[in-house]
Amino acid sequence: MNNALSIRNLRKVYSNGHEALKGISLDVTKGDFFALLGPNGAGKSTTLGIVSSLVNKTSGQVKVFDFDIDVDLVGAKTQLGVVPQEFNFNQFEKVFDIVVTQAGYYGIPTKKAQRSAEKYLRKLGLWDKKDVPARLLSGGMKRRLMIARALVHEPKILILDEPTAGVDIELRRSMWEFMRELNEQQGTTIILTTHYLEEAEALCRNIAIIDQGQILAHSSMKSLLQKLHTETFVLDLTEPLECAPQLDKFKCRINRDGSLEVEVSKEQSINELFARLSERSIEVTSMRTRSNRLEELFIRMVERES
Amino acid sequence: MSAARIYIAFHTIVVKEIRRFMRIWVQTLLPPAITMTLYFVIFGNLIGPRIGEMDGHRYMDFIVPGLIMMSVITNSYANVVSSFFGMKFQRSIEELVVSPVPNWVILTGYVAGGVARGLAVGVIVTALSLGFTDLNIYNPLLMLAVALLTAVLFSLGGFINAMYATKFDDISIVPTFILTPLTYLGGVFYSISMLPEFWQTVSLANPILYMVNAFRYGILGVTDIDVGVAFAMIIGFTVALFCYSLYLLNRGKGIRS
Repeated sequence: MNNALSIRNLRKVYSNGHEALKGISLDVTKGDFFALLGPNGAGKSTTLGIVSSLVNKTSGQVKVFDFDIDVDLVGAKTQLGVVPQEFNFNQFEKVFDIVVTQAGYYGIPTKKAQRSAEKYLRKLGLWDKKDVPARLLSGGMKRRLMIARALVHEPKILILDEPTAGVDIELRRSMWEFMRELNEQQGTTIILTTHYLEEAEALCRNIAIIDQGQILAHSSMKSLLQKLHTETFVLDLTEPLECAPQLDKFKCRINRDGSLEVEVSKEQSINELFARLSERSIEVTSMRTRSNRLEELFIRMVERES
Repeated sequence: MSAARIYIAFHTIVVKEIRRFMRIWVQTLLPPAITMTLYFVIFGNLIGPRIGEMDGHRYMDFIVPGLIMMSVITNSYANVVSSFFGMKFQRSIEELVVSPVPNWVILTGYVAGGVARGLAVGVIVTALSLGFTDLNIYNPLLMLAVALLTAVLFSLGGFINAMYATKFDDISIVPTFILTPLTYLGGVFYSISMLPEFWQTVSLANPILYMVNAFRYGILGVTDIDVGVAFAMIIGFTVALFCYSLYLLNRGKGIRS
């Protein structure tokens, strides 16, 4: 039982004929922090929807810790905690009641449910809002409420569908810390979809990229990033240039703000780039990557596919 | 899920439902109290004495059981249809769908919530009726059984309506255009023996007539129909609607894509 989630030949055809999943297969190992990435409409939410019973599959097999959802759906559901993309709680209920009620659905006795609700509301910084109707919470608080609700029954797998969408940077970082702690200290397997590729790169050990209902890549984050042959760097210069310099082996172009953009392949070294720039008396004041590595790779893969 | 866990899940749904209608008591418990008091005053006190007796009872005494039953029917139906559709609309139904609660527990939990509101309103209306008449209950057990079964039946009706509903209009169409006319024509305000023979036969196709009359029999000991047939009908409809509700829930009608 090494896999927390095992998907085989999963297909989903919606009633309007749209084939959202074209027979995908996927494994998530126990204790993993896994990213499922893809552009809008790629099939991420459909996949997670099928795993969490919100969407009926057309064909294929889904196993959650060896519980086949066609054979023992209750067993599979007990292992899962789900944080969906959209807010899906009763806006008129109080924060504490929402979390305790969810525990009740899993058959957890009231006292234990209340203790567990308090634990996660405190961890997520919502304890002082426990008696507030959910509709009065800010967007970030609502997201954290859904995480507390998903964790109240201590699931072995936590599914997070865009958990940090619309959340400010500071809060996003604190949520990352919380998720890391959950994964490393409690051993909870986390499956994440996100549009912030920086988030996936920072948190996840393994990754799958899905587009148009098909898996384009499924490997460890490290080996996937090694596939990135070139990185693009943006250099701010002391003196703005009128036209891009001809640097041997390096592709360059000038941006509108006067910065210099240079593509550096895996075989080339940054030292060599700086040597070439020095030869031409071009002085660099700062340097950054144009986008993070995963984003670069993701865009290339998806563009190639389309 | 073990039996103990199933019980906790069922209890959670019922408590949540009761908490919901108690929280908004101004919308759920107060309106039927006001409406029924007006019925008692206008039809019972003001118009009733001019009508005289009906089936050997004062008009006020005759309409009280029908009005209690009308409250039970409309409130048990309204509770489930609005609560379950509200959950669909806010997508909080997903909380239940992702959880391991078996579908039959979801269904019985919501029905129990509807029954709780139906009977709570029934008790309020009964208490109010004591200000206008002396209730000498002929057969308390039968009266309670009819009230309970009717509340279950209409809670199931509300559940099916909510499963099919896709917008708020859909949850008001059935109560407005089907339930209310059938209730008014179900012998709440008159005995069907007053009707011409043809309309008496037509009235027998109205299931609410059986419930109102069986309940009236429990209180007054008079009825236009056979109480045994009434029970058989209520139980038959209840079993049929329960099976159909469970079928819709298993299919995920309107809640799973």
